[in-house]
Amino acid sequence: MNPLLNLSFRYKVPLWGGVLIVVATLAVSAALMKQAYDDLKSDLMNSSANLSRTLAKTLFPSMMHEEVWRAYEIILAPLDAGQGGSRIQPELIVALDNRQRVFVSSQPKSVPLSADIRQFGEEYAHLADRIAARSEPDAAIIEFSGSRRIYVAAPVAEEGARLGTLVIVHSKDVFLPRFKNVASRGAVIGLLVLAVLLPINWYWGQRTAVPLVQLACSIGKVAQGVPPELPPCTYAYRDELGQLCEAYGLLVKALQEKGLLEQEMIRSERLAAVGRLSAGIAHEINNPLGGMLVALNNFKRRAGNDERTLKTVGMIERGLAQIQDTVGAMMVEAKVKSRDFVPHDVEDVQMLLSGEAHKRSVAIRVDSDITKPAALPATLVRQILMNLLLNAVQASEPSATVQCTIRRTGNTLTIETENTGRTMPPEVMSHLFEPFVSSNEAGHGLGLWVTYQIVSQLGGQITAESRDGLTRFSVSLPAGENS
Amino acid sequence: MKPLIRIVLLAAAAVLANPTLAAEEPAKILRIGLTPTVPYDQYQLIEQWRLYMERKLNRRVEFIRRDSYIETMDMLRRRKLDYAWICDYPFVYFRSQVRLLAVPLYQGRPYYRSYLIVPATNRSTTSIAQLRGVVFAYTDPYSNTGYLVARHQLHQMGENPAQFFRQTFFTWSHRKAVEAVATGMADGSAVSGHVWDTLTIVKPELTAATRIVSKSSEFGFPPLVANPTVPNEEFRNVQKALLGMASDSKGKALLKGLNIDGFIAGSPHLYDNVARMMKAVGEK
Repeated sequence: MNPLLNLSFRYKVPLWGGVLIVVATLAVSAALMKQAYDDLKSDLMNSSANLSRTLAKTLFPSMMHEEVWRAYEIILAPLDAGQGGSRIQPELIVALDNRQRVFVSSQPKSVPLSADIRQFGEEYAHLADRIAARSEPDAAIIEFSGSRRIYVAAPVAEEGARLGTLVIVHSKDVFLPRFKNVASRGAVIGLLVLAVLLPINWYWGQRTAVPLVQLACSIGKVAQGVPPELPPCTYAYRDELGQLCEAYGLLVKALQEKGLLEQEMIRSERLAAVGRLSAGIAHEINNPLGGMLVALNNFKRRAGNDERTLKTVGMIERGLAQIQDTVGAMMVEAKVKSRDFVPHDVEDVQMLLSGEAHKRSVAIRVDSDITKPAALPATLVRQILMNLLLNAVQASEPSATVQCTIRRTGNTLTIETENTGRTMPPEVMSHLFEPFVSSNEAGHGLGLWVTYQIVSQLGGQITAESRDGLTRFSVSLPAGENS
Repeated sequence: MKPLIRIVLLAAAAVLANPTLAAEEPAKILRIGLTPTVPYDQYQLIEQWRLYMERKLNRRVEFIRRDSYIETMDMLRRRKLDYAWICDYPFVYFRSQVRLLAVPLYQGRPYYRSYLIVPATNRSTTSIAQLRGVVFAYTDPYSNTGYLVARHQLHQMGENPAQFFRQTFFTWSHRKAVEAVATGMADGSAVSGHVWDTLTIVKPELTAATRIVSKSSEFGFPPLVANPTVPNEEFRNVQKALLGMASDSKGKALLKGLNIDGFIAGSPHLYDNVARMMKAVGEK
């Protein structure tokens, strides 16, 4: 039993439905057939009883005058084969006298005249006893259990004078073909009903089962840790299944958002940690570096140094200067004292970049609605603007246009840069703001990292998206009233 | 136009050609009784015979059919019939009350026989003596070949006809007696040889279900008789019409349908042996 109960709904629903439909159809068919059989029998008995009454009445004068031949012609009349095949023909019609001897029979060869009816078998003997015991004036239907015959007996009597009994014998075999006819018609209708209902049941079962199965499969995957996704098919109705699907959709959406948030948090944490680490290291390097450069400068000024020594010192000095540059770039100091960002700064940055842009034949179009100073350190905002635009120019194809939009909305300053060119692949996108990551051969890969650090320290947000050959960076910074 | 003229002319010719029929005042209807001694259930044939007789006698003719001989005889005596075709036994029985009109010729002679028949399945019976205790079908208590002959034979054997058979019944017709034997209702019967022979032509499957055990000696053929009150002239006209049937083609066709060859005036002496048999059995 277990394997059957463990079956998938995909099979279980249509299977159970099908079994129920078949059982119901069979039950209804059986009931109808039983009814048809009973009706058939009752019709036959009624018509037979009527026939027996008529014949008995007609036979009375013939029996009274012992007109055997007339009686024979009378009982033969209803057996005329020419009366159409629709009526069920009696097997035998026999008139008995009061001593249950044959007065006349429709089959004189097998049931001859004046023979005692009891001699034709036990059943006829019982019949004779029953007829002898009966005194009611109406026709009676006599049936013995296990017998293949039904008897209809009507007394041949007039005004209390009883001459004998008319017996119509029916074989049950004759209404079997007719019943078969009814039954086969019923069977065809039953099959038609099944032919209609079973496909409908199958279709309905599939409709219910398939979304359930898909839902179960998807939930199973989620439980195994596979990133959640919506089932491939949707269920459009508002029943419990529809509610379940919708709830699952909401769950998946929430899980996806949670996952994204977690990823984002991990990345910010990492970037913050990296920032702290690199800033610490840079600070630790920067302090002795300053001392070293001052010492080298003093050393150069001292006389008596030969050419070769000065050359070596110069080399060391240049190397240390490069280290200082790099370390300086990594030391993002947001707390530096600076004036507020003013509209003029935008033009300055544009001016500063015009050389590089010209070199790459890239146009920079700036659209700014800044009309008054914003309460943000000008140095840092300028650096953000510089870094983003420089990146955009460097990523652009020649003769392209870099679009820069600066907006002040309430207490938020947004900066957006857009450039056409190569779409950044996802693996680059996910590590975009980490140090020393660059898609550009020329850069050292600190530009965006520094930008990120600055934005973070200013309490703002930076996002990047790149699709269909368009790359966009958006920065939003909280800008209070002028300080 | 032409066909219409032709129809009108033909109708006029028909009226003019039969002036007496059209002019005569309604004559008394000639009533002829028929019994099952002839195949009177061949309705079309009897109707054609009736029309033939009307044409020949120039007056209306009516055939009146009755199943039992005694009823027909009653009607004859009560003058409900003018003529009747009856069996030879009632003719002898009521000889003083009827007048012999014509005797049919069967196979060229005014005689017929009685056949003792049993079901075809009975292959062993060779004589009526072997039919003791069976169910026997008689035709009519006033039938010669269907009743008197069989009883006479039993009488000759010293048997009491009333007790010899287990059961007897009357079918009121030779044809039905053949049917009774064919269906197994009766185990034996005596029937008119003429009717049996006719049935072999019109209903061979019926006679095929029976077998002839023996044929009796010859008896005068069932005659046509007249009511003694019938005027002589009319009697002669009717007799002439009957006797003349064999000499015209229409009459011949009717005779063929009745399975006889013609009619003769005949003599009551043809039936003398029936009278002897009747006396022997003690019916009169």
